[in-house]
Amino acid sequence: MRTNSPTYPVKSFWRSEHYWKLSAFLTTSIICLPVLAVLYLAAFPDDNIWVHLSETVLPAYIKSTLILMLGVGCLSTALGIGAAWLISHYSFPGKRFFTWALLLPFAMPAYVIAYVYTDFLEYAGPLQSMLREIFGWQSSRDYYFPEVRSMGGAIILMSLTLYPYIYMLARAAFLQQSVSLYYAARSLGSNSFGFFFRVSLPIARPAIVVGLSLVLMETLNDFGTVDYFAIQTLTAGLYDTWLNMSNLGGAAQIATVMMLAVVFLIMMERKSRDQQQSFSSKTQSRPLPTQHLTGKKAFFATLLASTPIVFGFLIPVIILSDYSIHYFDKSWNTQFFTYAFNSFSLSFSAAFITLVIACILAYTKRLDNSKFTRSMTQVSSLGYAIPGAVLAIGVIIPLAGFDNWLDSIARSHFGFSTGLLLSGSIAALLFAYTVRFLAVATGAIDSSLEKVTPSMDMASRSLGKSSLTTLIRIHLPIIKPGALTAMLVVFVDCMKELPATLILRPFNFETLATHVYQFASDELIEQCALSALVIVIVGIIPVILLSRSINRT
Amino acid sequence: MRFGIKSLLAAMLFTSVSSSAIASEEVNVYSYRQPFLVEPLFQGFTEETGIKVNVVFAKKGLAERLKREGANSPADLVFTVDIGRLNEVVEMDLVQAVNSDTLNSNIPSQYRDPEGLWFGLTTRTRSIYASNERVKDGEITTYEELADEKWKGRICTRSGKHPYNLALIASMIAHHGEAETETWLKGVKANLARKPQGNDRAQVKAIYEGVCDLSLGNNYYLGKMLQDEEQTKWANAVNILFPNSADRGTHVNISGMALTTSAPNKANAIKLMEYLTGETAQTMYAEQNFEYPVNPAVQPSELVASWGEFKADQLPLADIAGLRKAAAKLVDKVAFDQ
Repeated sequence: MRTNSPTYPVKSFWRSEHYWKLSAFLTTSIICLPVLAVLYLAAFPDDNIWVHLSETVLPAYIKSTLILMLGVGCLSTALGIGAAWLISHYSFPGKRFFTWALLLPFAMPAYVIAYVYTDFLEYAGPLQSMLREIFGWQSSRDYYFPEVRSMGGAIILMSLTLYPYIYMLARAAFLQQSVSLYYAARSLGSNSFGFFFRVSLPIARPAIVVGLSLVLMETLNDFGTVDYFAIQTLTAGLYDTWLNMSNLGGAAQIATVMMLAVVFLIMMERKSRDQQQSFSSKTQSRPLPTQHLTGKKAFFATLLASTPIVFGFLIPVIILSDYSIHYFDKSWNTQFFTYAFNSFSLSFSAAFITLVIACILAYTKRLDNSKFTRSMTQVSSLGYAIPGAVLAIGVIIPLAGFDNWLDSIARSHFGFSTGLLLSGSIAALLFAYTVRFLAVATGAIDSSLEKVTPSMDMASRSLGKSSLTTLIRIHLPIIKPGALTAMLVVFVDCMKELPATLILRPFNFETLATHVYQFASDELIEQCALSALVIVIVGIIPVILLSRSINRT
Repeated sequence: MRFGIKSLLAAMLFTSVSSSAIASEEVNVYSYRQPFLVEPLFQGFTEETGIKVNVVFAKKGLAERLKREGANSPADLVFTVDIGRLNEVVEMDLVQAVNSDTLNSNIPSQYRDPEGLWFGLTTRTRSIYASNERVKDGEITTYEELADEKWKGRICTRSGKHPYNLALIASMIAHHGEAETETWLKGVKANLARKPQGNDRAQVKAIYEGVCDLSLGNNYYLGKMLQDEEQTKWANAVNILFPNSADRGTHVNISGMALTTSAPNKANAIKLMEYLTGETAQTMYAEQNFEYPVNPAVQPSELVASWGEFKADQLPLADIAGLRKAAAKLVDKVAFDQ
């Protein structure tokens, strides 16, 4: 790669590529501040938590964390890859619809789906009540019914809302694979399955791993769902250390350990992938031929594709609608449009900012693929590996520090107070969202840019265009689908984001998610079902719009 | 298309930045309590005084935010739902003393800090809910009996780490010492019908479903459940008990408030504190939230009163707050939540 990046004798700063590196460096430095703040906190614990933890609950925390991650990792990978393969390799009735509908469960916040299913499936819920009526069972001792609030329940429900990360990236990867590989494999006697496992999957692996690592980080950080399901993960231990033992430093240490574990996993994967780099083809050609399914096979394909949508989207939406009708008076709120507007504008702005920063970082890496620029991309993605509430504290520390510093300067030199400018403002929220979700956007942009052949850069640059013009006129139009996808994912994630929004928001500022949380935290989701539905609906509008625009390009 | 997105974005950025307008007469609250529970009270205050109440609600992190914002923090008051969080802001040195005759006469001394650093607003008992079908009257009268073997597989509770349970365990440590409390907690753990999960309301539901016969819960949940059409049947399956009424008294926690050190609207904030302990607001707390008003001049709601009289444990709340960490460690030690 390095030899491909065009180099010129340095004439001036602006003609050189340095301003890319400089802006990437400055952005990364700012983005890193909250992570550094968490590390700083970890350096000053109130007392050593590890002795107590390792003597008591640490093994249990680690065990359940690992089981949960393994379970969610496997199930969401199976769902995501399976769906992506089905969509990109076969044609069957409703395929166009499924292409975007498979993204729908993504709009569903995990804590909402957990609540809705528990309510539906538990002993007093409609399903078991109906079964008892039909079979004449008297009590729970008369029959077996799996417990929803369990590790298995958590794995299934979390996978249902998280698999779209993998689906999205895997599908893009499958679509970009060269058709010649397919014919080569087939001519060597490989059948469809063989081609999938031995050729297609290994090539798509980098994209799938990006999706999987997002899924795993989200699983590791989740608190709402695991708390509701009474699963004691490391995150539960983290909040316990912080809130009940009043040891924020100790909590930051747990967060740091979790972050390092994630980094280690990603590095291990990258290392093993480096050994097979030669595998992937960088040329773009005609897409794979799709196999036309008919009859029974077509029916099964449709059934398979609809399963995650039915369980991850349709059923929860029906239950929520039912609540909304029953509790309409309590649920209806005149502030509704304000909440929806707040959620929408905030998420949209955050998605846009995140996209711009991701482009800067990824493009800098393209221009100068040195260890330094690569590590900048990696470091700026760490925010995703820290639980939201801890990250929020990490955001407050530099922002309030800056505000108070500016204020003291203004007071001593100019005799007036600036107060808090950033802390407790919308800017603080946007900053937190950017830090948190940059990893998602960078991953998508980076992998799209990698697919653009370097000869494009060279052609443009040899015609005298600057690197910025090349980015805007050449790269952005090519990577538009990837960029839109990145923006979409960040948008939906921001719509659902809770812990950081709660802690950092300005006075009297409600989003749909915070409004739902007021009730959800008291297990009264029925009373805000309408808001929960609106989160989902507002979340799917861009899903539909963007997937249409991606399909067109 | 491109122009459309740009102008939309610009409009959104502009409106979102400019949305935080500042009124002249106001008071700012960081609340650990859900706004829908306190909003009617704040509305009453605004109607009476013309002072606007601004709220940020979160269940964690507000003390940290206050600390980092320091002298420039806009927050005037912190509201909490238990003594633990209240004590935390005191220990972090984020609050200042208030010396108000109104507050001192409205709130009995055991429900406020001797130096005026924090004040209770309402009290709530940590009650035992008992199945009215499967548990006979008088079969259980103390917290200690929860560890009795006859309740094996018959008790439900939320997480031992929840602040309400931690406060109860801390009170046990205060009365019996750590070693005896550990034995007790082990006994309770051995009697659990299922792994601790859900909130207090969910335990009553479990009694209704026949999963267990006893549960721990704050008193106001019963009132809340009776208000809800769906949940009335859960509430009707239980009796509410006030443990240890015959000896040291039932464990009581408070929801409370404190004035921040930085409070920019101190005078307004004290006005709000006084208003909330006054008869109008205390009656609202009693009638709408089914909590016990701290102000002795105000009676509990008729429904709450119908559950019977009880004797409150006189242990100072500060002692309970001080033993919170020890309680949390005990919960880990006996693997209560596992």
